[in-house]
Amino acid sequence: MTPVEGNPGEVTRPAPILTEDNKGYWYESARGRLGVQRCVQCGRLQHPPRPMCPVCHSLEQWIIELAGFGVIHSFSLLHHPRHPAFTYPVIAVLVDLDEGIRMASNLVCIDPAEVRIGMPVQVSFAPAKDDTAVPVFEPRTVTA
Amino acid sequence: MNRRAASIVGIGQTEFSKGAGRGETQLAAEAIVAALSDAGLTTDDVDGLVSYTIDPVEETELVRALGIPVISWSSRVPYGGAGSQGVLQHASAAVTSGAARVVVVYRACKARSAARFGRAAVATSPTSSHSGSTAMQWCIPYGILTPASWMSLNATRYMHTYGVTSADFGRAVVQLRDYAATNPAAHFYGRPITLDDHQSSRWIAEPAIRLFDCCQETDGAVALVVTSASRAADTPAPVDIAACGAAAVFEEEVASNHYRPDITRMDGAVALAEQLFDVTGISRDDIDVALIYDAFTPMLFMQLEGLGFCKPGEAKDFVADGRLGPAGSLPCNTNGGLIGEGYIHGLNLTIEAVRQLRGTAANQITDARTALVGASRTGVILRQR
Repeated sequence: MTPVEGNPGEVTRPAPILTEDNKGYWYESARGRLGVQRCVQCGRLQHPPRPMCPVCHSLEQWIIELAGFGVIHSFSLLHHPRHPAFTYPVIAVLVDLDEGIRMASNLVCIDPAEVRIGMPVQVSFAPAKDDTAVPVFEPRTVTA
Repeated sequence: MNRRAASIVGIGQTEFSKGAGRGETQLAAEAIVAALSDAGLTTDDVDGLVSYTIDPVEETELVRALGIPVISWSSRVPYGGAGSQGVLQHASAAVTSGAARVVVVYRACKARSAARFGRAAVATSPTSSHSGSTAMQWCIPYGILTPASWMSLNATRYMHTYGVTSADFGRAVVQLRDYAATNPAAHFYGRPITLDDHQSSRWIAEPAIRLFDCCQETDGAVALVVTSASRAADTPAPVDIAACGAAAVFEEEVASNHYRPDITRMDGAVALAEQLFDVTGISRDDIDVALIYDAFTPMLFMQLEGLGFCKPGEAKDFVADGRLGPAGSLPCNTNGGLIGEGYIHGLNLTIEAVRQLRGTAANQITDARTALVGASRTGVILRQR
């Protein structure tokens, strides 16, 4: 997908912190895919990723690409304090994805005053440092 | 736990300031010496140390500074300020099991002049001093960098669900600042505010948290001395630990509790209340004074509900009715709280509870015999002996 923010050559968004447990998620994200863990044994979808299924204790996890449609579960317009990597107010959101998981992210391509709980959104990808990208969301323009 | 199994026999603190001008180890040592003096004990009596995983003061350095002969118990509690009352649980376990005789609990920080909690910093490690904040890595790439920003996501949903406004939060802050205004140890001593002042303070995280909804980043240290109830009988002013509990529930994070099904509810506080009340038989009506971890005003509301002092969504009415005031049914954060007095990561609330039960608080509540201290997932109930 096309990156939705950041000037060419001047990406300021910090790269995700990579760990043994999360690297599959961020590997997919860097390639423009919303890849979420699904337990091979019991089928549980989970986010954030983790090394073991908390229900059946399987160590085998598929990475499933989700469609990226959801609704705003909550939001916050962050005004202060400010970090030079971001544009303010930062629109922080929790998105409930249609598949039943929730994630923290940013809402982009919207006037901060227009953000509402329950708003339908769709995933996009924003470039981050070290040639990575992270899933962000924008108001839904296509039918799920 | 046996009701009179452990007691708090000494409290001590440094001044609370925006710039202590000395190191955390010295601050901790000063508070501990004051607490031991208050208990009529000496460093020779101390054989246990308990603090937060996030506290920068090492046990080895404290022993060196204080001249403690032998330490036989040391432990640390995770969860940052949410674990702030868990230190009393650890100390109680140590003295009731016989692992230690006299345990000192401490927290020292230079949270304003050195490592500010509220700074917008991009973490380079997924963990934060084993405080339980690994999950915040999921917020960092999105500029969600501070405790206020993490918690505001819960708070906005809470406001949406129950029709709560910033002014509802403001009414609680006016009360906290009233208490602080008459507490000489408080940062906001002599500086009460009106609701208009609150409503015109700038946004930190809109629509949930304004500047005046935030606790005060503070330099200082607090210490308490814990021993068995029987040893406490030989000390001048013991207060009994009637109950202590801790409840870290599945997928409830410390400050970024974003993944529980209902994020408007502090499920850890609900589980904690079961331990403090249902298991012990102590009634909520028995609580004469409450000290509740008010890092940000919305968290105070959600704990009033989680602990069962009012029903979900009713904290705004509970507050508006004046229940938190000195003449209310639940005088709350009588030192001004973390918002009005200062933020020694929640442990300053515990020594205020002890002062209330001793009858020595700046804003003394008449006939205060039982006090609750709650920090979302850890808490204690203290009783006058």
